[in-house]
Amino acid sequence: MKSVVKQEVLALNGDEAVAFAAKQSDVDVVAAYPITPQTIIVERFSEYVANGEVETEFVCTESEHSALTACLAASVTGARTFTASASAGLALMHEMLFVTSGCRAPVVMAIANRALSAPLNIHGDHSDTMTERDSGWIQIYVENAQEAYDSVIQAFRIAENTDVLLPVIVGLDGFTLSHTLENVHVLSDDAVKRFVGTRKFINVTNHEGKTVPFKLDPNNPTSMGPIALPNYYFEFKRQQEEAMKNALKVIQDVNKEYAAISGRSYGDGLVDAYHVEDAEVAIVCLGSTAGTVKAVVDELRAEGVKAGLLRIRTFRPLPVERIVDTLKNVKAVAVMDRSMSFGGNGGPVFHEVRHALYDAEKHPYIVNYIYGLGGRDTSPMQVRKIYEDLQKILRTKRVETRVQHLGLRE
Amino acid sequence: MQTETEWKFTAKDIAEKPDLFLSGHRACAGCGPATVLRLIMKAVRGPTIVTNATGCMEVVSSIYPYTSWAVPWLHTAFENAAANASGIDAALKILKKKRRIKHEHVDIIALAGDGGTYDIGIQALSGAVERGHDFLYVLYDNEAYMNTGIQRSGGTPLGASTTTSPAGTVIPGKLEHKKPIADIMVAHDMPYVATASPYYWRDLLVKVRKGLEVNGPAFLHVFAPCPRGWRSDPAKSIELSRLAVETCIFPLWEAVNGDYQLSTPSKVFALAPQKKKPVKEYLQVQGRFRHLFTPKFEKLTEEIQRVTDERWKRLLKKCGVEQRAKTTA
Repeated sequence: MKSVVKQEVLALNGDEAVAFAAKQSDVDVVAAYPITPQTIIVERFSEYVANGEVETEFVCTESEHSALTACLAASVTGARTFTASASAGLALMHEMLFVTSGCRAPVVMAIANRALSAPLNIHGDHSDTMTERDSGWIQIYVENAQEAYDSVIQAFRIAENTDVLLPVIVGLDGFTLSHTLENVHVLSDDAVKRFVGTRKFINVTNHEGKTVPFKLDPNNPTSMGPIALPNYYFEFKRQQEEAMKNALKVIQDVNKEYAAISGRSYGDGLVDAYHVEDAEVAIVCLGSTAGTVKAVVDELRAEGVKAGLLRIRTFRPLPVERIVDTLKNVKAVAVMDRSMSFGGNGGPVFHEVRHALYDAEKHPYIVNYIYGLGGRDTSPMQVRKIYEDLQKILRTKRVETRVQHLGLRE
Repeated sequence: MQTETEWKFTAKDIAEKPDLFLSGHRACAGCGPATVLRLIMKAVRGPTIVTNATGCMEVVSSIYPYTSWAVPWLHTAFENAAANASGIDAALKILKKKRRIKHEHVDIIALAGDGGTYDIGIQALSGAVERGHDFLYVLYDNEAYMNTGIQRSGGTPLGASTTTSPAGTVIPGKLEHKKPIADIMVAHDMPYVATASPYYWRDLLVKVRKGLEVNGPAFLHVFAPCPRGWRSDPAKSIELSRLAVETCIFPLWEAVNGDYQLSTPSKVFALAPQKKKPVKEYLQVQGRFRHLFTPKFEKLTEEIQRVTDERWKRLLKKCGVEQRAKTTA
């Protein structure tokens, strides 16, 4: 075990923490296009480049579609690549998200989560990344700027792991995290460089039957991103699914290894449980809301209420077994969704958690709260109300409303 | 470095050079673009990476687990060949700087059809050129979305019948002229822009090499007949490539740092206008223009001739070439 390395404390907002982490991660190519609330990431990064603080080729593209394309192309040429986006920008990339994961390009992308139009709104919710749920990207949602910093560094290790080779999104809540200043403990440049290491390449068999590195290499020609007809396409997708499964272990390993040098761990890397072990009522959520929920759990615990929180950190791949195991003794669960699935039975996180619990031995009561859309504030009082609702369900043994909207005027 | 006169582009040299675009691809008989690609790859000068937009040439050359590419090759999507090139260029630059690759220089060729260039790909192309990435963009122009079944593009000429601009009883095929894409690229103030035709293969090869030799972006607009979409005889594709130049409907020129120059094959028709053939000769051998030879729509051939002449005149002016009067030629 390495010992925890000496760290500095910097005052950074979430975006700056992300840019700083990318800078330290020895990124070769950054291609990006600005969009609020992600702009600070590319602004800071371009300052690093302008001041010669980082050895990175920075491509300021004419659109997000080209930004991700350039990252993908640079990645398969052998470069470590990073980009950032949000909302409409991510939506414009949508097509390329599938191509990137399909080409097995380990691009890392920070998303300052933001609502989608219409009406136009620049504030935080998870509609952007939830829409990309099935695009084949690993999705990590962070609770604070510290975790944003730590997760970007970890993301390169996860993405580039030869058992994974998948792109990773690190999602931080728009404005709540992206624009809010926090104390962030940062590792030394050397420590990060050692942790991320240099990129490794797997070998594949090319069209001539030769074993060649999986990248565009003039000495070893390979064709990348070909057309695959019905006789092969399915097998490609199956391999992507297998890589996602492998990621479950890799994310945990990386979280552990990172904890050894930084002293910081986020649960097991997949889920972050807070007082769930003996909880009767629990909330499941993603991202920065967990901070508010933790404060409420502390209050309730002091009052003798057995309240808990399960923060899903890795939403893709979904740690189904960990979710089921963590919630196994909880009697009533509320899932908080910061996006809508119009016409569906509740929000996407609710779908996933409720579905995971179908195979559990004991089924808790489970309800859904849609909250915080377009940056709507979610107060501790509202979270407290959720716990009260759960307690009421336990008393009455009845769920009156399966899906509710928290903090909505109606 | 070799000079232009030393480039080995004689028929013998070309025949002896190994193919980098290999046989066994699934292009149709008489495919213009496939011929163009094979020729282009004969002009390659060293380590080269090719990136291909979605389209005919991508589909016929990369059906997994087969490939026609003897060089590293990347396809990602339809509208972004130039963005692929941007990413490859950025990666090569920094990897060379960090000494993670040994090549002194790697050429990048981006390939796309007219749909992926005139229409959906123009944003990525314009952006990549503005940023000054070092790559050669080759547009193989078969004048419609042939891969998806002959739908009109911004490169489809006036009067052509396609499946989305069909010649009906009221509308005579496409109602708009072809977008002057190469001129649009010249307006980007880029180092090298040229047009080429596979009939004049040596001219084409020299232009590919010139495009690779310049530092920064180069754009090559190559005429590429599609017998399937043009309803033409597959045996006549190269003949059509010649007719297009002889009728001046597709003149050959290059613009080095914005200075237009008429290429030798087209110069002939400036110096000896009597050799310039009427566009009807080009139109009548293609089924996509068949309706233009019915009484109802025949006026359109005159319109095509008028615009062809106008554009030719304008080009000559840009090239600083005086067109000799027919009588004195």
